[in-house]
Amino acid sequence: MSMKTVFKKTTGLTDNPTHYCPGCTHGIIHRLVGEVLEEMDILEETIGVASVGCSVLSYEYFNCDMTQAAHGRAPAVATGVKRVLPDRFVFTYQGDGDLASIGISEVIHAAARGEKITVIFVNNAIYGMTGGQMAPTTLIGQKTATTPFGRDESIQGLPIKVCEMLSTLDGAAYIERVSAHDVQHIQKAKRAIRRAFETQKKGLGFSMVEILSTCPTNWGLDPYESLEWIKDNMIPAYPLGVYKNKEGAE
Amino acid sequence: MGKVLMKGNEVIAEAAVQAGCKYFFGYPITPQSELVAYMARRLPEVGGLFLQAESEIAAINMVYGAAGTGVRVMTSSSSPGFSLKQEGISYLVGSELPAVVVNIVRGGPGLGNIQPAQSDYFQVTKGGGHGDYNIPVLAPASLQEIVELTNEAFDIADRYRTPVILMGDGMLGQMMEPVEFGERTHSELPEKNWATTGTRGDGPRRIITSLELNAQSLETRNAALQKKFARIKENEVRYETYQTDDADYIMVAFGTVARITMNAISKARQEGIKVGLIRPISLWPFPEKPFLETRDVVKGYISVEMSAGQMVEDVRLAVNGHAEVDFYGRTGGVVPTQEEIYQKILSVAGGSRYEHENSF
Amino acid sequence: MDKRIVFNEDICKSCGLCVQVCPTNVIFLADYLNGKGYRPAAVTDQGNCISCAKCAQICPDCVISVYRPVKVLQTV
Repeated sequence: MSMKTVFKKTTGLTDNPTHYCPGCTHGIIHRLVGEVLEEMDILEETIGVASVGCSVLSYEYFNCDMTQAAHGRAPAVATGVKRVLPDRFVFTYQGDGDLASIGISEVIHAAARGEKITVIFVNNAIYGMTGGQMAPTTLIGQKTATTPFGRDESIQGLPIKVCEMLSTLDGAAYIERVSAHDVQHIQKAKRAIRRAFETQKKGLGFSMVEILSTCPTNWGLDPYESLEWIKDNMIPAYPLGVYKNKEGAE
Repeated sequence: MGKVLMKGNEVIAEAAVQAGCKYFFGYPITPQSELVAYMARRLPEVGGLFLQAESEIAAINMVYGAAGTGVRVMTSSSSPGFSLKQEGISYLVGSELPAVVVNIVRGGPGLGNIQPAQSDYFQVTKGGGHGDYNIPVLAPASLQEIVELTNEAFDIADRYRTPVILMGDGMLGQMMEPVEFGERTHSELPEKNWATTGTRGDGPRRIITSLELNAQSLETRNAALQKKFARIKENEVRYETYQTDDADYIMVAFGTVARITMNAISKARQEGIKVGLIRPISLWPFPEKPFLETRDVVKGYISVEMSAGQMVEDVRLAVNGHAEVDFYGRTGGVVPTQEEIYQKILSVAGGSRYEHENSF
Repeated sequence: MDKRIVFNEDICKSCGLCVQVCPTNVIFLADYLNGKGYRPAAVTDQGNCISCAKCAQICPDCVISVYRPVKVLQTV
């Protein structure tokens, strides 16, 4: 009986096992990006920009040329690369601390300039690498190392909705928020990432996919409960959907 | 091409373009904004790219990205903006990326003002960012010298895979002098096979990073960097001496202050005081040789700076107690006059402490 | 019987997500440890696997490869 392959690891990822905590959906999102790069056959034309956070080692995992940016500056680094090599594909892979906190200026201006780069924005509502501190996307009431009594609006203000914010910028061509909390949504996330890279390919401008992701370790939940937590808590605060689609891509 | 009358800031820009620099990421800040504006006009003419970033931090990181693709790239700023670039510069060193960073120094600290100064000396020569590193720093004193040093800055950057700093002051940047862009010297430079341009057709995946979680590996990386700095120290020192052969006292000054000091020296010479000048052109590596050759002969040195006294420390290190080292400086953007420097020479040499000591 | 799902046990971190999503509940965590000290996911009852690959898609570490028997047309 010969067997047909239904699923195998993408060549878009290296063979290096990842350092991510058990059950962390960073790994899934890496896979989706790797698969899209492989399926579009652009691995050899792609330069990825790693940010600083849990995904700081992502240059060990994406199977293409990679460069390591300072914390928050990946969109600026990506701008430098893309402007010199307009015919290559350039993406950044950033967490919510990197993108929405220290790097908010860089991502806003990259979008405003319509940089033809793709930003993979992993939103897990917390700083993972440094041990669970509040991020700009931490939910009201969510306990973290720096909001031990739960994020309090009167003290730490309110979460930043990045997709909604960036979609007001005319330079943004494609912005979608997806989630990695179940297989069906993971498949939708992959389609969004594909659309983002297609937007880059057509030179329509800035593209970003925000993926709601888990942090079992710092949320204090097991991997499966963490997926549930996205569904029950994050999605209400961060509604999924396409927030910008300049070309009306299907 | 003949002589052209230009502003210092624009000379830097033109020299960079002629050195093959096609990419510039900048941000407005007086007193270097003319450089940014010049690049905005000029680079499109040579098929290059000028991009104004949202901040100096973004600019230096765009430089990092572009440098990573192997092209010649530059950014410029002035003191407060230069401070914002320090983290990025440390990353350029750690990732071994070539780039030229210009600092047209202004009065500080803090917002300070837009007058000329040299008070960023420590920041550029002792490493303004984190980690063990040194960066070649070239300090032109004239607009013609800018032409040569800008070209050399790009060569040094590529030769050693390092950022290089061009340091001027607000005066040098804003003043006009005739300059000539003669034939560029072409030097053999290593191929940039480390550049991240995509792996299509040219081999294995490349990674540019300064992250090294393993301590021993980071130490090995540091050892390699230290070896590089030693090589730069060996080959890239630049300085000029003026009337030091018979000098009893030697002034030490760089950039525009050196020119003012030379006038003071001429006046002192007329009064019979034998004074000379050592002019560091590379602030790092600091030129020790001219001090080793004179420290057992001269009575003393006077460092003259537009600062509260920074280069004077390097002078003391080089002189190492063999002779007196004195200092004269003005801060806040005040430019020392020839007369003030001359009076300083008189106070040190005229009523020289040596004569008093030996008089009884 | 050729295997429908194959686990790269060495890199499994025992997160258990595959166990949760498997519609036919054939995946379980082995009672031995892999090199990193995790109990790797495993399957004994390959027969009940329907090759839906949900496990492989939820796995954050690309541990699981999935195959499906090719239906050979019965030549009459």
